[in-house]
Amino acid sequence: MTTNPSYAPERETSEGKVFTVTGGDWDTVVNGTDPVSDERIIVNMGPQHPSTHGVLRLILELEGETVREMRSVVGYLHTGIEKSIEYRNWTQGTTFVTRMDYLSPIFNETAYSLAVEKLLGIEDQITERASTIRVLMMELNRISSHLVWLATTGMELGAISIMLYGFREREYILEIFEMITGLRMNMAYVRPGGVAQDVPDSAVKKIQEFLVMMPKRLKEYEDLLSGQPIWTERTQGVAVLDVTACVALGVTGPVLRSAGLPWDLRKTEPYCGYENYEFDVPTSNDADVWGRYQVRLAEIRESLKLVEQALDKLRPGPIMVADKKIAWPAQLALGVDGLGNSLEHVAKIMGQSMESLIHHFKLVTEGFRVPPGQVYVAIEGPRGELGAHAVSDGGTRPYRVHFREPSFVNLQALPAMAEGGLIADVIAGGASLDPVMGGCDR
Amino acid sequence: MVTTSPDKDPVTDAQAPSAKPGGGVPVQATPVGATTGAPAELPPSSVAGRGMFGISGSGDTSGFGGLVRRRVGAGGSERPYGGYFDEVYDALEEAFPGLDDAIEKVVVDRGELTLHVKAERILDVARTMRDEESLRFELCSSVSGVDYLGSDERRLHVTYHLTSMTYRRRVRLEVAVGTEHPHVPSVAPVYPTADWQERETYDMFGIIFDGHPGLTRILMPDDWEGYPQRKDYPLGGVPVEYKGAEIPPPDRRRSYQ
Repeated sequence: MTTNPSYAPERETSEGKVFTVTGGDWDTVVNGTDPVSDERIIVNMGPQHPSTHGVLRLILELEGETVREMRSVVGYLHTGIEKSIEYRNWTQGTTFVTRMDYLSPIFNETAYSLAVEKLLGIEDQITERASTIRVLMMELNRISSHLVWLATTGMELGAISIMLYGFREREYILEIFEMITGLRMNMAYVRPGGVAQDVPDSAVKKIQEFLVMMPKRLKEYEDLLSGQPIWTERTQGVAVLDVTACVALGVTGPVLRSAGLPWDLRKTEPYCGYENYEFDVPTSNDADVWGRYQVRLAEIRESLKLVEQALDKLRPGPIMVADKKIAWPAQLALGVDGLGNSLEHVAKIMGQSMESLIHHFKLVTEGFRVPPGQVYVAIEGPRGELGAHAVSDGGTRPYRVHFREPSFVNLQALPAMAEGGLIADVIAGGASLDPVMGGCDR
Repeated sequence: MVTTSPDKDPVTDAQAPSAKPGGGVPVQATPVGATTGAPAELPPSSVAGRGMFGISGSGDTSGFGGLVRRRVGAGGSERPYGGYFDEVYDALEEAFPGLDDAIEKVVVDRGELTLHVKAERILDVARTMRDEESLRFELCSSVSGVDYLGSDERRLHVTYHLTSMTYRRRVRLEVAVGTEHPHVPSVAPVYPTADWQERETYDMFGIIFDGHPGLTRILMPDDWEGYPQRKDYPLGGVPVEYKGAEIPPPDRRRSYQ
């Protein structure tokens, strides 16, 4: 019989062996632990979580309800768009980039198209009507994107009604998009050289109705949220990020403007003729979620002004560059099943002109060539600076296209906002950055 | 607008005849047809922008003639650079002693200034660009990579797009490293926003940023092998059948140059 101090003592009885078990070990274990120091727990939030704005994973180190450390993990929606583009021609590139940030497809297309046009050296040839339509579509898109922000942020902070209203109004804009482009999302509407399709009169009428309706609806949102104590408690003084932190972390867009810096590329580096429009850059000095809410609502109002001005500026004219070596998608028409070559164009190339057929075939299968070089074009997306870095080797396909996605860059600021705050405010802070994971991961 | 004389086209000369566009079939034809309306200063290594659909030296435009991807390359620009570029360069020269050692070449193309910086000096240059009163490039807009496969041994490039909010200027810094020793100092100490963007560049190109606080993959899974955005990394894909015909994956389709 062995005696091991680690085991319970035993003795022989007439009924067999009897072990005497004591709780001494557990007393030592419990006494040896400091109940205060070891309270940190790690919580994995996401990637499937209703409040993380998509497939975003947050790793939180919590002390009670306080976030001590936080790291975000991205990449769950990586689809290799930047790689795939390199195997298509320059025009086909728009159909890829439009799928990155799915809440602002027009911005992706415009940034890409502006970059390709700069590489081609045809910025001056872009027609006024094409630029005006781009502005019109971008500003409508900005409103729809901000509405989704309002809707989802409201939902994440417990305001379900605003979620329904936000999506309802966005639906109206998507119907306008469908009227103009044939598609509600991922339209590939803005193409290098212009836009794919002219704006029909029915859409202009619908936009005018929208311009009458939307200010009233905005007033309703503000009545619903601004004075509401839960909304103000959840947003004011939450997830503060000042200008220094924003610039250091590369945060642009409404978040930067909510910290007080009126940095808006539409004003500072105008493109698409934004210098000819009258609008203000709303800012706030709160630098918190409340400030971002105010800035975004004000931006919707400014966008409405821009849409109205763009409608006024809409003069008849071509929507594509005159250069037929580039302007392939100029003959598109909206059919029952979406965009396609117009029947007139098909009749011409199939029945009348062999040269046109050859030309069409070459442009569609090969595409146009872009002189070698690299450019970086940045536009003001709904989430901040959306930059397109395009490199050409002189061929018919992009050599490399990289997108500086504001969702990706801005998301780095989340730990700075969240650490030291409450876990509930992680949701508010993350939502206030308005990340779209499709854009972040590309 | 494009110089076509052979002595000014060293790249095409250096290549074997079969590697030339059009399979090297010599045809003495003046290029006619498409011009893309591009800026007049094309890099000397390029023959793009002339010829019907860019083909020169051969009548073969089918894509089957052993066409090759052309090199991207641009010579350095000379003073004056124009616009605010001279001002930026002068200010940098004044604030950064020994700038000529750090800068390999300066390229002005399409209204954009690119400073090609030696890889080991990038952090110092970036710090000067940010801190100097007359430069003030506060915002690092974008960091990304480009793989110029076949250019020279330093095929991996990193581009930094800096923005000066004070002066409303933009400058691109570019460094080049080889795949054997792909090390670049991290600019994250100067621009914290470069953290994730350098991780993405590492993830996609395998460029190692020394001094980065946590250089791990960000978009691809942690155990992924290879660097997807490199040009020698295949796209992948499977053929699909459509109405009886088999459509090859995008990287196996007929390739026009």
